[in-house]
Amino acid sequence: MGSRQRVVIAKPGLDGHDRGAKVVARALRDGGHEVIYTGLRRTPEQIVRTVMDEDARFVGLSSLSGAHSHLFPKICNLLRESGLSDVVVFGGGIIPETDRPALYSAGVRAIFGPGTPTTEILEFVEEASKKACGVGSDTSWYWGE
Amino acid sequence: MSRCDGEIIAITGPPGVGKSCIVDAILQRLVPKKSIAVLAVDPTSPLSGGALLGDRIRLSVLDDDNKSESIYVRSIATRSSSGSVPSIIRDLAYHLLANSFDLVIIETVGAGQSEMRCAAVANRIVVIEGPARGDGIQAEKAGLLELADLIVVNKSDLDGTDKVVNDLSMSLGLTEDAPPILKTSTITGDGLDELAETIVDLKERVSSQRARNRQQILMAHENILTSNPRFEMVLDRMSEEGLVLEDAMRELNDRTS
Repeated sequence: MGSRQRVVIAKPGLDGHDRGAKVVARALRDGGHEVIYTGLRRTPEQIVRTVMDEDARFVGLSSLSGAHSHLFPKICNLLRESGLSDVVVFGGGIIPETDRPALYSAGVRAIFGPGTPTTEILEFVEEASKKACGVGSDTSWYWGE
Repeated sequence: MSRCDGEIIAITGPPGVGKSCIVDAILQRLVPKKSIAVLAVDPTSPLSGGALLGDRIRLSVLDDDNKSESIYVRSIATRSSSGSVPSIIRDLAYHLLANSFDLVIIETVGAGQSEMRCAAVANRIVVIEGPARGDGIQAEKAGLLELADLIVVNKSDLDGTDKVVNDLSMSLGLTEDAPPILKTSTITGDGLDELAETIVDLKERVSSQRARNRQQILMAHENILTSNPRFEMVLDRMSEEGLVLEDAMRELNDRTS
């Protein structure tokens, strides 16, 4: 396993379901990482504040109710504005393929839909931790490109 | 205004007893008059080395924009292989106090050596208990009672809290300066105002200070031992070559080579 990472798992927006987010949180814990789960219905500002206070290198955003196209880029911008450009952003939930290119352009480095094996998420964290692929970096790399 | 020297307060107790909700209740009442930092300590999984740090979720006070500016929360995993977490927490606490926080709250599960050491970093320790479950007082079993400057019996809305208060009073009745005991319920709000007032003004007890100092000395010695450059090598030799404990200790204490 690569180095242990601090990961925030966040539920932005008005979603009421977090079973998937909790499955990912537990998988990351079982993979040796330290996971901070934000709880439901967090604003972008609260999420960025949590990432900052907790010195997290990764933030996973879970969205099931379609607000991803608005909220994920907003969070990416806020992270950059707050001096957190080296934080790696990934997303999951119900995110149609057609919406994904815009998210990758906004700085999201991976999107994991329903049914993704948790081992894949762990592989992503390991690979991303060795690259300069923070939300403010110049790269256009994303997982599975 | 007198300077309160109870600036680092540990809140400890068994899992599920309501520590995070109590920390939330305290923050709701003391902030923004006081700026408070919370170091929330959770155990690292011995199997995976990872940790699920979930105390932060319970702090609903963070949703209040008027208050969240005066609060800092950091989730910390015990990372059980190293013995240095309590020292790190002490350094963090001092750093936060030096940077304009009025109070640092260390929230830990009150079981296990590492967590007890974390609590001993504080200069006041609050032990939280829950309603009786028929298996005695958890804090007593964990050796925490001697460290307590205040005991809170939470979930007073449920049956069994009066029994715990009585058992505690009996256990502590023979002690000269027994800590105060408060009953609270984070569901009904009973006792929480009194708790916040008590915490701000918590008196030090001679016996709890002695118990804390004991933990601090033990911790300092453990740090010396684990930071000995020969420590890992001696461990290997014990596991692989059958080096016995007495010889291992001799090797580690030997300063001549």
